[in-house]
Amino acid sequence: MRHNTVMGLLFSDMHNEAVPELTGIRAIGSVPFGGRYRLIDFPLSNLVNAGVSKVGVVTKSNYQSLMDHLGSGKAWGLSRKSEGLYFLPPTGGGDEHYEGRITPLSGIMPFLRRSKEDYVILSDCHVVGNINYRKLLEYHIEKEADITMAYVKGVIPKNLQSPMMSIAYDGRVNDLYISDRSEHEIENYGIGLYVIGRELLIRFVETAMSRNQLSFEWDVLHRHIHDRRIFAYPVPEYLQVISSLESYFEANRALLDSAVREQLFKPKRKIYTKIRDTEPALYGLHSKVSNSLIADGCNIEGTVSNSIVFRNVRVARNAVIKNSIVMQGSVICGGTDLDYVVLDKNVCVRDGRSLKGCADYPISVKKNTMV
Amino acid sequence: MFRKQECVAMLLAGGQGSRLYALTKHVAKPAVPYGGKYRIIDFPLSNCVNSGIETVGVLTQYQPLELNDYIGSGQPWDLDLMDAGVHILPPYQRSKGADWYKGTANAIYQNIPFIERYDPEYVLVLSGDHIYKMDYAKMIEEHKANNADCTIAVIEVEMEEASRFGILNTNPDGSIYEFDEKPAVPKSNLASMGIYVFNWQKLRHYLKADEKDKNSQNDFGKNVLPAMLNAGERMFAYRFEGYWKDVGTIDSLWEANMDLLNPRVPLDLSDETWKIYSRSSGLPPHYIADTAQVQNSMISEGGNIYGKVDFAVLFAGVTVEEGALVRDSIIMPGVTVKKGAVVQYAIVAEDAVIGENAVVGARPEDMQDLGEWGVAVVASGVKVGDGCQVPAKAMIDADIKKEAN
Repeated sequence: MRHNTVMGLLFSDMHNEAVPELTGIRAIGSVPFGGRYRLIDFPLSNLVNAGVSKVGVVTKSNYQSLMDHLGSGKAWGLSRKSEGLYFLPPTGGGDEHYEGRITPLSGIMPFLRRSKEDYVILSDCHVVGNINYRKLLEYHIEKEADITMAYVKGVIPKNLQSPMMSIAYDGRVNDLYISDRSEHEIENYGIGLYVIGRELLIRFVETAMSRNQLSFEWDVLHRHIHDRRIFAYPVPEYLQVISSLESYFEANRALLDSAVREQLFKPKRKIYTKIRDTEPALYGLHSKVSNSLIADGCNIEGTVSNSIVFRNVRVARNAVIKNSIVMQGSVICGGTDLDYVVLDKNVCVRDGRSLKGCADYPISVKKNTMV
Repeated sequence: MFRKQECVAMLLAGGQGSRLYALTKHVAKPAVPYGGKYRIIDFPLSNCVNSGIETVGVLTQYQPLELNDYIGSGQPWDLDLMDAGVHILPPYQRSKGADWYKGTANAIYQNIPFIERYDPEYVLVLSGDHIYKMDYAKMIEEHKANNADCTIAVIEVEMEEASRFGILNTNPDGSIYEFDEKPAVPKSNLASMGIYVFNWQKLRHYLKADEKDKNSQNDFGKNVLPAMLNAGERMFAYRFEGYWKDVGTIDSLWEANMDLLNPRVPLDLSDETWKIYSRSSGLPPHYIADTAQVQNSMISEGGNIYGKVDFAVLFAGVTVEEGALVRDSIIMPGVTVKKGAVVQYAIVAEDAVIGENAVVGARPEDMQDLGEWGVAVVASGVKVGDGCQVPAKAMIDADIKKEAN
């Protein structure tokens, strides 16, 4: 008998509205990050690294790019006979413009009922972090919790749509609320990461659906604060919450700090992603690169500083890229000048064009655009 | 029962590659790293998959551990298939004793049962010694069109260099009338690439006959091919045009890597229609720091570059510290080049550490006696102590420390 007591459920498009610039054509889980990753790689690798071998990916719409990325789950070791990766698109018939977590959960009830695992780890895809889910689960079991909510104590990320929580000395959640304070306050905010017993989850969803209550946070968690053991787990690892284009920009640029890279990309707890088999990056005679992350397949002849450059990007001689994020397959021609710009995939910036944003307002350019 | 395969590829990967010395002390030659993220065997394996050949036997013998690990289930090359796919074939023990693979032909002979279960029309014999991109399907097509029994891939080499190769002399229709192994006075410049297509039934017959011959060295080039030619079998040369390089020596391995930095060399690894697959390091993109200066180089994932890199190929996870200089060199996965160290005209193998202010290799223009010059080699895992000197052409396979004086 295989001892498998945990399964994972990833919500690939919760928080899509946080970065509309990048989620117009894809779920947030499929947003490119850090030169070669997609945001879903982080929670998915965290699950795999915690020994979870059954993961359901819940999707709503625009999931083509996500399906292409995940494939059969091979890159995460999830292409297997026993369990593995389950893609869970909407079952149809229902309202596909739902809000909240209850509707999609009710759509996957047969999957949840068929499963045999004791616990479910639920995660959204807007958090970048190499988080030890084993520790989270141990905490849940040790506290004999019904539900454990992972949280971070800190300045609330701008635009974040997550409940704040007040927490008792023993870790139990006293109250959930939406902060009405200014955004510079220190609060305990949830990061869309939960542990719950599988059977309890099924019961909660059934009850909520029968009463047309659609919010997991408010109709389930908040209602049961006093009659259920809801605990808060402080995530000790480095993490970044993506709640806006600015925070997306910052989370990427944070990777230029070697300490951050060491915390995110640990040799023993790797972040896996789809393998593209691109050749290593090539630097030309005139290349001038400083403080930047450069992915495989790039061809760099120009100047790049303080930037993240994804796979297969061409930077021509006399092109200047500063403080920017350039996604896969973009072509930057000569005489261009880019500063504080987020270029989506396959953008072409023609000779001599320049684009300038600023630190708190980066300019974004849509996929396949010719500038 | 196995599904029939039109062609089965047999990849000879048992060679020691003794002319790579320290680099193949612990790994078989096909597992030697090449081109920033590949190993030599990625080329024939990827060529097979891209040519539509999905059954590959890899014949291993010398130091197979790392090679076996690397190939694994064959997943990186899409060769983890139900019946077909990649199979590692080491020599094994039979009820009547055990044999090492005595020669290239004997290695195939010992695996006749493996080939038979696919009931193939053709067998493609490959080696794991060369860097090239080739569509084997075209070669098999020509083999069929010629109604040949054996087709040997050839490449034109410079006439002056022809005496270093096995040369094939052909008639105008491409049929072979003579093998000329390293001829003093070559009659043609068509060098054998060590890539053979055989009609399986014919090959099986000759392998069995060769095995019975006690005087045979059981080698394709020396025994089986000449025997087929003498018996009047239809043997043809298949002309290949493109990049092809033997990486059997330190100098040629160094050159073949450097070729990747030369835009005029026709080896394009970025061609989407003929990808070279490899097992991924799983590392994030590499980081180039403010203090770094990188030009004319190829750099792979996971690197941390703080120093100066010029005309170099850096594999996954290489660290070049501030003030260090790496030029005209090949730095294999996981190597650290510490502060102030200089690495030039060198191959530094996996996980080696070059200590602070150490100097590895020398530039030819700085040599008093050019005859003493050559590419320096630091073997895998070796620590070159702070301030140590590794002269040009030296080969270091144990840790060195600076003498206290």
